[in-house]
Amino acid sequence: MIRLDNVSKVYTRGARPALDAIDVEIERGDFVFLVGSSGSGKSTFLKLVLREERPTDGDIWVAGRHLNRLSSWRVPHLRREIGAVFQDFRLLPNKTVYQNVAFALQVIGKSKRDIKQNVPEMLELVGLAGKERRMPHELSGGEQQRVAIARAFVNRPPILLCDEPTGNLDPGTSVGIMRLLDRINRTGTTVLMATHDDEIVDQMRKRVIELKGGHLVRDQDRGVYGLETV
Amino acid sequence: MRLRFIFGEVWNGLRRNSTMALSVALVTFVSLTFVGAAALTQMQVQQLKDAWYGKVEVSIFLCPPDSYEENCVAGPVTEAQTDDIVAVLEEGNVSELVESVYVETREEVYESIVAADDSGVYSQLEPEDLAPVMRVKLTDPEEFQVVADATAGLPGVESVYDQREVFDDLFDFLNAATVVAAALAIVMMVTAMLLITTTIRLSALSRRRETTIMRMVGSSRSLIQLPFMLEGAVAATGGAALAIAGLWFGTQYLVEGWLTGSISWVDYIGREDVWAVAPWLVLIAVGLAGAASLLTLNRYTRA
Repeated sequence: MIRLDNVSKVYTRGARPALDAIDVEIERGDFVFLVGSSGSGKSTFLKLVLREERPTDGDIWVAGRHLNRLSSWRVPHLRREIGAVFQDFRLLPNKTVYQNVAFALQVIGKSKRDIKQNVPEMLELVGLAGKERRMPHELSGGEQQRVAIARAFVNRPPILLCDEPTGNLDPGTSVGIMRLLDRINRTGTTVLMATHDDEIVDQMRKRVIELKGGHLVRDQDRGVYGLETV
Repeated sequence: MRLRFIFGEVWNGLRRNSTMALSVALVTFVSLTFVGAAALTQMQVQQLKDAWYGKVEVSIFLCPPDSYEENCVAGPVTEAQTDDIVAVLEEGNVSELVESVYVETREEVYESIVAADDSGVYSQLEPEDLAPVMRVKLTDPEEFQVVADATAGLPGVESVYDQREVFDDLFDFLNAATVVAAALAIVMMVTAMLLITTTIRLSALSRRRETTIMRMVGSSRSLIQLPFMLEGAVAATGGAALAIAGLWFGTQYLVEGWLTGSISWVDYIGREDVWAVAPWLVLIAVGLAGAASLLTLNRYTRA
């Protein structure tokens, strides 16, 4: 589903690579934690998968597409295969919960019927049924992140990328978000989550990929956050 | 669905940036009014040329008795010389440029001078004091100089006079007015384009969160950029509509109302000419907005 072959990324010529000769393969339906301290290369990893950045060296395949050869006008089609969730939720403050989720379908040209069917289903899945008309500022942080997840997943993409989704949430709320991501993963969706949250990684016991200074230092099934990186 | 979404976004953008949209419309209005005025002035010049040049003639004044002109020292023009000049015009190299030659006799020249003279200054003249005049009508009045060169200096020719000279000052003035209007139009159009660029940039920045989400969920670049482009185009087209209305009322009240009443012998442009210019003004407005969008959007809504 996601494959990086000897991938390096250098932002400024002569500077230290943000990623250095990374080899990773993530299968369909995997749940993978991407861990490492700030500046270890986690965000660059996610940006490369989303094709927000291009690799300096190496090859990347995502959802059957060779990103090195993907023309810029095909990039939107790639992104319809990837849902993205961020630490800061990125909701539209002037739209209701329903409208925020529906927006993701509207802008890729889905029909009114599709939207009417999928949005309530998705809000039900993330546990926000009955809150369709609420504005984002009327919701708690956990609820806002659920809206963001609903928006990312409403198009049923096979891949869900999460960049510190629990970073702004208290531990109790984070557990609820992780349960939701786990439920989504059980539908066959590949989940790749960058995080600093050691408790969550240790509890979930999923595959852990650890980056340090742009290098891949650990790729472990049923791993823990790891004492050495705390 | 997409059309509704696009028009909804355009409407929201115009509503949120209403003062900027209004300023774009007003600057475009002023600049396109200058463009339209320049175009209409040129149409007026062309119309006058078509109307007047068809009537004007080249007059070849033949040597009268007692002329001090160098070419006439040999005495007044003879019949043979007159025939030679006519032959040059009708059969020589310039014959293709000559539509007709009419030789006004001394008597006819005398009649026209005395008839047009209310002051009595020319009442002492006799037909014998005058010489015949050749009135030459040209197929193309612009070719006056060729005919003048071919006839000036022929024995019996005193001088060659082009009636067009009467109008040239007027045309020079109108052409200068066109240049001034066009120069102002260019300055105003550059201003309009910069303003549209700023408006689109502000609009794109104020909706950055939306465009970022659109990008992330796989919206096409055209769908992301189109609402902004349309916003600029709508504001600029509004300006073009104002300019067309301004030119239409200007032509109605200034040209058809005032000028036609005060100087009635001139063939003026009319409101129908404004309609001929109108599509071009709309096209320029849309082109301006399009160019400004291209300059701005790739940077602020990258895919």
